[in-house]
Formats: sequence, structure tokens, C-alpha cells
Amino acid sequence: MTGRGREIALHGGLVALLAVLAFVLPAYHHGNVARVMVLAVYAMGYNLAFGYTGLLSLGHAMFFAAGMYGMGLPAYHLGLGAGLSFVAGLAAAAGLALAVGVLALRTAGVAFMIVTLMFSQAAYLTILLFGTYTRGDEGLVLTRASRVLAGVDLSDPMARYVAALGLFAVALFFTLWLVRQPEGRVLVAIRENEERAELLGYNVFRHKLAAIVLSGTMSGAAGAAYGLLFGYVGASFAEVQYSIFPLLWVLLGGAGTVIGPFLGTLFMFYLIDLSADITSAYMLIAGLALVLLTLFAPQGLGGEIRRRWAGWLP
Amino acid sequence: MDFGPYLLLASLEGAVTAAVLALMAAGLSLVFGVMRVVNVAHGEFYMLGAVLAWVVASAVGGGPVLGFVAALVVAPLLVGALAAAADVTVLKRLDYDPERTIVATIGLLYILQQLTLMGYGPEARPVAPPFNARLALPWVEWGDAGPQLYWPWGLSITSYKLFVIGAAVAVLAGLWLFMTRTRVGLVMRATQLDGEMAQAFGIPVERVYAGVFGLGAALAALAGVLIVPIQQAHYLMGGEALLLSFIVVIIGGLGSLAGTVIAAVLIGMSDGIISVFFSPTLAKIIATLLVAFVLVFRPRGLMGKAAR
Repeated sequence: MTGRGREIALHGGLVALLAVLAFVLPAYHHGNVARVMVLAVYAMGYNLAFGYTGLLSLGHAMFFAAGMYGMGLPAYHLGLGAGLSFVAGLAAAAGLALAVGVLALRTAGVAFMIVTLMFSQAAYLTILLFGTYTRGDEGLVLTRASRVLAGVDLSDPMARYVAALGLFAVALFFTLWLVRQPEGRVLVAIRENEERAELLGYNVFRHKLAAIVLSGTMSGAAGAAYGLLFGYVGASFAEVQYSIFPLLWVLLGGAGTVIGPFLGTLFMFYLIDLSADITSAYMLIAGLALVLLTLFAPQGLGGEIRRRWAGWLP
Repeated sequence: MDFGPYLLLASLEGAVTAAVLALMAAGLSLVFGVMRVVNVAHGEFYMLGAVLAWVVASAVGGGPVLGFVAALVVAPLLVGALAAAADVTVLKRLDYDPERTIVATIGLLYILQQLTLMGYGPEARPVAPPFNARLALPWVEWGDAGPQLYWPWGLSITSYKLFVIGAAVAVLAGLWLFMTRTRVGLVMRATQLDGEMAQAFGIPVERVYAGVFGLGAALAALAGVLIVPIQQAHYLMGGEALLLSFIVVIIGGLGSLAGTVIAAVLIGMSDGIISVFFSPTLAKIIATLLVAFVLVFRPRGLMGKAAR
């Protein structure tokens, strides 16, 4: 098979497999996989910035939360329909990503990490500050009526699974398309050697800003979908932990691979799910995974597969 | 209480915060200065200091003074040894790559925090202060017959809080003497200036790194021991302390001890005073945005060589 055929077979096969699983999985895992697919969209968004462009952000929770609250607040307070409020969530995340990108991209490396962390912390505190509307940590529970999209009730498990799969497939094929475009190649060039990309005449700042906006919007789409599909919008999704999770998922699955974020999210979700039976201190697993990954497999699962067997993996 | 005495009380409380913060931030700044490592797990070393203070104090028994003194010695030593071990097993093997060490120390943060949750539990526990006499403070008021001293109700500080301020000043002075007047301090400063050159001159850079990481963590743990008779020891107490020390270190200029101390006094005092006027959440938002904007508009000036 040619490279292009193999890529489409692999990623199309994954989506087809997930579609078949919709009818096979028992109820508990059915719900879990729907959740994993939405979170994987968040991880894919993070991967665009971190994996492909080399921008290590510690504040992506603010984009996830911007999508979630951009969707949830109009839906809850104004009674906006599911479709329109989803679009509002996307717009909120894209706007925030543009503003943060313009400021934070003036810095690089460690300073970039701290600046994104601080902006995200400020966003989280802002949600708490406006507790009258956001209800802070307690959060908002969306009514069933505000979760109906084009006549389909998204609180129904099967509808939820299909919607999650749809969003996941769009994000997956968008990423696949993007990284094969000249734009995607430029992003990788910036990751590998920023000075050289600049020397070749690329406007590095503009490409990095585009990457942040795309990444933030995709993270926001995941946040909005999460709120819509699971009916809950809460400040805990804006906490530092939710900035660390996508980093962890992407590192585990393989930074700079299209399929890696999904693998990482799935693996970590079930690792924490299973360990929850043993201990309540489930973040211990996340901590251990982070340390072991940085030590032994900085390329993650996807990176190891690419190195050993499949050099063509996009 | 009138406004004047109230402000004095807020500044005294602020001075206690500043003292503890200066100790912690000095450790963070030392580690960054010499090793160029941003230690995200620094707050957890502070938390471990506080938790170990409770463990040691309750294990020793024999009165609050003995328990507290034992904790003051044991907790920083243990935490310092733990940090040095983490440096040798993890950070050294990452070649101190700035981004990978941040990810690894985030991992370390969760490991320490969750192990504490499992071993010590989710409760907040106090340690009895070794001495706690309440000292009333006078205030001057212009009455009919010129200035008059009087003792407003509620304006007081405990002897223990004064001890915390004094201890922090003493330790920081000791640290300064250690860095500028001793041979080990000289070796550390040489490593800070140019690690490779120092190695070429026969300085055991790896051991210096392990020592510096341990020393930085021990300072945080010491701050934790000092604070635990005032606040209680809790497994989540590291997060906010870490945020404040980041702010201090960035405002003060990384790697500069004097800048760190000045910034700690500034932040600690204003934290006490600002939270009198604004809601604490708004004060924190302003503080975090301030740090972000300092880094955005003066990245090279304040982050030094890290902003590559």
C-alpha cells in the first residue's frame, strides 16, 4: 500500500472499530469510551501545539474551560439551543487562544510554560470570582432540554456515543489533513529548529499563533462537547490538573503522532479507572507515569511504534 | 479597631508570611540559579516539612519545645536527603533539560502529594508552638493633651510569630554568608556561572547539583516546619505556597538572593494588606496576571538565560 493508503486505512479503521464498539460494549464501558473520545479531542488539540509545533503549554485547561463555559453559560442562562451554544463555545475558546497566543508567544521555553500556567490560573480564579453566574466549584447542571441537537437528545447513551465519535472523527481527520499540508510541515520545522525556519523566510510568530489558535479551538470544542454530552459545567475543569492531563496523555500516546493522543487518553483513563478500586490517591499513577515517561520513553507509545515498526506513521 | 492599628496588624501578619515566603523562595531561586531547573515540586517539599514536623513532634513527645526542636532539625534533613536522591535518580538522567525536568517535577509533585494523602490522610493537623505568649502592642493617638500611647483591643502578636520572623532573618543571613564566604558556596557560584567550565576545573558538578537541590528543598521544608504551628499541616498546602514563591522569584529576579528577599517582603506584606481591601480571589487574579505580564514584557530581564 502507498503511504497515503496506509494512513487512511489505519485512521479510518480506528473510527470504524469505534463505531462497531458502539453496539458491542456493555453500558459501563460504552459511557467510558464516549468520554475517552471527547477527551482525546482535547489531547489532539494539545498535540497540535505541543507535539507538532513544540510549544509546551501548562495552561490548556483555560481553553477547555473557555469552550465549556462559552457553551454552558448561554445555554444555562439564556436558554440558547445546543447547536448555537456549541458555536459560542468554539468562538470563546478561539478568541481566548488568540489573545493568550499574542501575549504568551512573546516568550519561549520555560517562560512560555510559566506564562500559560499563570494565565490559566487567572482564568480559573475568574470563574470562581463570578460565582454568581458560574456557581464556582459546584458547577452548572444543564437541563435535558438544552442538550437537544437537531431533535436528537444528547443525554441518550447511544446518541452521546455517536456524537462523541463524530467529533472525534472530524478532529482526527482534520489533524491528519493538516499535518500533511505545507502548513503542518512548517509547524514541524519550527519545532525542530526555529532559527532555521525563520532563516528560510517563514514568519515563525504567525505560524505559531495559528497553531495556538487551532489547538485552543480544538481543546474548546472538546470542552463544549464534554459539557453538552455529560450535562455538567464546573470550575474543576479549569484547574491545573486539567492542563497537566493532556500533556500526560500526549506524552504517553506519543507527541507528534495523529493517533497517539487517543491511545494515551484511552490507556490513562483505564489505568486510573482500574487503580481507583485500589486507592483513592489515583493521581499517584499519573505522577509515576509522568516521571517514568520522561525517563524512559519520551516518545511515548506512538513514537515507539514509529521508531520500531512503522516509520510512516503520521 | 481604628484604621491605623488595623493596618499595623495586617503588616505584622504580612511580615510573618513574608518571612516564610522568603525562605521558600530562596530555595527555589537557588535551585534555578545554579541548576537552571524550575522545580515545580518545591511546594511539596514545603508540605512535607510541615507534615514531617507533625510526625516528629507527635513521635518525640515530652513537651512542645522538645518536639518542635526535633522537628526543626529532622524534617529539613530528611526532605533534603529525599530531594538529593530525586536529583540523582531522575533529574540527572534527564541531563537537566529545562522542559523535561519540569514535566518530571510535575510527576514528582503528584507522587509526593498522593503518597502523603495515603500515609498521613486528608486531615489538617496542628503542631503546638514551643512558646506562644501574647504580646499586646501600643498605638499612638493624638488626644487633647498631645500624643498618647494606648493599647487597642486586639492589636497583638504572639512571641512565636516574632520568632518565625527572627529565625527567617537568621537563616537567610546564614545562607548569604555560606554562599559568599565559604569554599562550598564559592564552588556553587562557580557552577552557576558556567557548569562546563567548572567541571573542567575539577569541580564535581554532579555532586554540587545534588547538594543544591537538597539544600533548596531543605529550605522549603524549614519554612514548612516554621509555619505549621500557625497554619495546620495538610497534604494540599504546597500548591498555593508554590504559586506565591514563583511570583516572588520572578518579580525578584531569578538566582539573586537579595532580589528574592526584597520581593518576598513586598509580596508577603502586600498580600496581607491587599486582602484587607480586596476579595482574596481578586487579589490572586491580579498577582497571577502581574507575573504573566512581567514575563511577557520583560522575559530576558527577569528570567535571565532561561528565556531562550
